[in-house]
Amino acid sequence: MGKLFRLFFKRSNWALPYVIFLVIFVVLPLLLVILYAFQDAEGNFTLQNFVHFVNQPEVTHTFVYSVIIAVITTAICLLLGYPAAYIMSRMQSKSAVIVIMLFILPMWINMLIRTMATVTLFDFMQMPLGQGALIFGMVYNYLPFMIYPIYNTLQKMDHSLIEAAQDLGATPRQVFSRVIFPLSMPGVVSGIMMVLLPTISTFALAEMLTLNKIRLFGTIIQENINNTMWNYGAALSLIMLVIIGLTSIFTYRDKHDDINDAGLI
Amino acid sequence: MVKSNYIIELTNISKSFGDKVVLDDVSLSVKKGEFITILGPSGCGKTTLLRLLAGFNTASEGEIRIGGEVMTDIPPHKRPVNTVFQRYALFPNYNVFDNIAFGLKLRGVERKQIESRVKRALKMVGMTDYEHRDVNSLSGGQQQRVAIARAIVNQPQVLLLDEPLAALDLKMRKDMQMELKEMHRSLGITFVYVTHDQEEALTLSDTIVVMSEGKIQQIGTPTDIYNEPCNSFVADFIGESNILNAIMVRDRLVRLMGKEFECVDEGFGQETPVDVVIRPEDIYIISQTSSAMFTGTVRSCTFKGVHYEMFVDTPDGYEIMIQDYNPFEVGQQVGMIVKPSDIHVMRKERICNTFEGVMVDPTHVEMLGGKFECAPVQEVQAGEKVCVEIDFGSVELTDDAEDGTVEGSIRFILYKGDRYHLTVRTEEGDNIYVDTHDVWEDLDEVGIKIAPQNIRIKPLK
Repeated sequence: MGKLFRLFFKRSNWALPYVIFLVIFVVLPLLLVILYAFQDAEGNFTLQNFVHFVNQPEVTHTFVYSVIIAVITTAICLLLGYPAAYIMSRMQSKSAVIVIMLFILPMWINMLIRTMATVTLFDFMQMPLGQGALIFGMVYNYLPFMIYPIYNTLQKMDHSLIEAAQDLGATPRQVFSRVIFPLSMPGVVSGIMMVLLPTISTFALAEMLTLNKIRLFGTIIQENINNTMWNYGAALSLIMLVIIGLTSIFTYRDKHDDINDAGLI
Repeated sequence: MVKSNYIIELTNISKSFGDKVVLDDVSLSVKKGEFITILGPSGCGKTTLLRLLAGFNTASEGEIRIGGEVMTDIPPHKRPVNTVFQRYALFPNYNVFDNIAFGLKLRGVERKQIESRVKRALKMVGMTDYEHRDVNSLSGGQQQRVAIARAIVNQPQVLLLDEPLAALDLKMRKDMQMELKEMHRSLGITFVYVTHDQEEALTLSDTIVVMSEGKIQQIGTPTDIYNEPCNSFVADFIGESNILNAIMVRDRLVRLMGKEFECVDEGFGQETPVDVVIRPEDIYIISQTSSAMFTGTVRSCTFKGVHYEMFVDTPDGYEIMIQDYNPFEVGQQVGMIVKPSDIHVMRKERICNTFEGVMVDPTHVEMLGGKFECAPVQEVQAGEKVCVEIDFGSVELTDDAEDGTVEGSIRFILYKGDRYHLTVRTEEGDNIYVDTHDVWEDLDEVGIKIAPQNIRIKPLK
């Protein structure tokens, strides 16, 4: 009894449920994806899946196209989101909260339902679905993820830095380009990550907003897995994972350097 | 236009944020090359004054001239001044060199010249060879040095310093004070320095401006301000002091603590109530009581490093602070002597509370945002405006704010040796002055009551 009691109250044991959860739902599936990607249908080791990807121009093109669409979406989100975040950071905190709420409010509704509404809206306005509708839908869905981190860094910025720049002779435009924008970079980077990464792997939005006319990389993975082409689907997933992983590592390393500079040297 | 030798001229400057008046009709002229310190407790408006000079805020009323030119509405980047901020405000995305070169680059100064000027500025603040360091890796003192270098490298006409040493530890602060003074001498530019530390102000300045409640209380040299404070606020704020109520009997004779003392002040009239300041180091304390000017019993004696600080109770119930190199035992009977020139007489700002009120009916007057009962008044009609007088001693304060006729909070406490003189701000924003023996704390919420017979009603002049 006493032993069990002690076991329960040892702080480190409280992490156990989470560890079990992570192993079952994150680590094992990831290992399975890697395992499947290097196997053929009979379970023998092979690199054929990857060769197949490179030799199928249709799939590689889709991959490049998906990345381009994701980059365009991210760029539009940044162009729309930065000014919004900047304006909100300048507002009195009470009214800023209301505006942020208005931006976040649509996210309380499921993304698929929102997208169905977008489709209806396009129909109502007699606008064709397709690439334009796809980019519109993705920007609409992911804009809050861009605004919020940028707003956060801008809002936390020490106002005396802006005053110091003015004091040293900077015009309002120079204050922005030399102080405010460089200092908001951490927010911009996390905003880009939050938008770029999920948009690369989107498939449901593409299906609905283009009536399945445009296929994204996510769509191809989904089709393969639906058609029980487990191994090829796993290989494509792995390729995407590696790309996303590399992007994250690069951005993370940049930030990490900043932290090092700030604290250690 | 006649070019004046004043570098800064403020005329009738007022500034309010919403309803709150932060600066109330401030006028100030600063000579070229002067080290001027604006001194006051927090919330007195000193930082706002500096921000008006820098251009971060604009004055609600009045005119600001810098270097002879009107700057009232000129944005900060076009003013010939630079600021050293309290929390340094260095740009974390630039290294030391780029921080200091920031202003020069904006003005398009040549690369080579920038380099030599930055080097010179760094040398001036004792930070040679720190150019390539990250600003976040520097200590507080080093960051403040860089901040000073960043400001002086632009060769401004005026350097504004907003409590630049407040965030540093005592030892570092003392060193930096000396360096700032040296820097002021060698640069020859005007320094406007804001602080709440009276010792710092006395050490550094050519001129001190004492501020309180958005108004300038006194302008003068450090010795003037210390030796000749113009009112009890200044006397209390600068250094330690005994402030006592007294009566000026006639020229050169003042009555305090029930005894008459010779002094050197004249021109106050006869039998006039005044405030008297005696610095604790100006009172001689001796063990004989026969030859003393007044006597008392030592209540406490504390060693303060250089001197002993003693509190002596006099037979009339006054408490006097004395600083002396020799300690006296607690409980000992002692005698005190003060030189006539060390008794400093100040005109009282007021001898009783005076308000404007409106009669509601013959036994009630409305003032300070409340309805007070008063002794019946004839020959005044209801609705008529009247002048109301209340002695300091007849205002009663209650612990529970709701027990009072009106509510208020304590804003300033002045110890007068035998009583406290409080400034209480009512909810309507009026000040009522109260004499009391009870101990209250700053910002205590209190109720204000006045007995009907103590309210004197006079026709409005």
